[in-house]
Amino acid sequence: MVKEVVRGISKQGRSKTYHRRGLWAIKKKNGGKFPQHEKKAKNEPAVQKPPKFYPADDTPHPKTRRKVVAAAKLRASITPGTILIILAGRFKGKRVVFLRQLPSGLLLVTGPFAVNGVPLRRVNQAYVIATSTKTDISKVDASKFDDAYFVPAEKKRQKKKGEEEFFEGDKEKKSLPSEYIENQKTVDSALTAGLSEDLKGYLSTRFSLKSNDRPHLLKF
Amino acid sequence: MPFTRFVEIGRVAMVNYGPEHGKLVVISDVVDQNRAVIDRPDEIRRVVPFKRLILTDFKCELTRLAKKKELSAALEESGAFEKFAKSAWGQKIAKRKAKANLSDFERYQAMKKKQARSKEISKAVESMS
Repeated sequence: MVKEVVRGISKQGRSKTYHRRGLWAIKKKNGGKFPQHEKKAKNEPAVQKPPKFYPADDTPHPKTRRKVVAAAKLRASITPGTILIILAGRFKGKRVVFLRQLPSGLLLVTGPFAVNGVPLRRVNQAYVIATSTKTDISKVDASKFDDAYFVPAEKKRQKKKGEEEFFEGDKEKKSLPSEYIENQKTVDSALTAGLSEDLKGYLSTRFSLKSNDRPHLLKF
Repeated sequence: MPFTRFVEIGRVAMVNYGPEHGKLVVISDVVDQNRAVIDRPDEIRRVVPFKRLILTDFKCELTRLAKKKELSAALEESGAFEKFAKSAWGQKIAKRKAKANLSDFERYQAMKKKQARSKEISKAVESMS
């Protein structure tokens, strides 16, 4: 730093500063000019007709969302093949095999269905305990199951039923498309082949706390 | 039966309080009837009340306020810490520790083993009666 003579006045003038900072060298390199960024062309705002009238009352506008929700970071203890314990929902207490993390951040797991009745399913890692037990899932191809796979093909809003229709009940029974069943079978066969009898028994039992268990001290 | 575990210089004791809980120490000196100076090869000598110590059956030959070098040598010679680990008390502690360190899968395996065992036992008992 060059000393200031008084506050706001440098000891070196403009010319000396120019030489000290070596700006001449930069200019020389770029053919006698300072390098400059090209100005970005601004998007011309679309021409809008002015409204014919202004509303008398202020209408509330929804706030524009600029936040992008990033997928949750996978816990270090969860790796492909880890056995997880599901903590909430219909399958709480079930031990399942973790396959991979989906782009949404949810975990793709399977029971396998043949062993403990848990199908290919997405779970949030917050509702899961990771155990230290791992299984070999190298033969399982889970790449085709993405988030869209788990959204029903036709998710139509059902009309409210009238009284008669209500007592009639559903005419056609809902059934899982055979494709889903096939997929489950291929994953199950690839996965269960590598499971020992002990591991199968382990996966088929539910986890629960006993009276003397202290969950904060338990090792998984 | 007369007493055999005494508070004395060189007596091995176990800390039963605080973060040091379960650690073996050696009594290095007795301050008064409530407190002792305790020592350990990997720790700094300090004063601890007897209330926070449990005496063990083992001791090593030491002089009062022995240096670390002498302490290590005495412990090595007597093998007091190893003897404690082999004793019933020491093994019970080791077992407890091993049980606490079981993983979820190992707990399941242990449960299965126990089930099989009690099945055998009940079968044997039934055949006797």
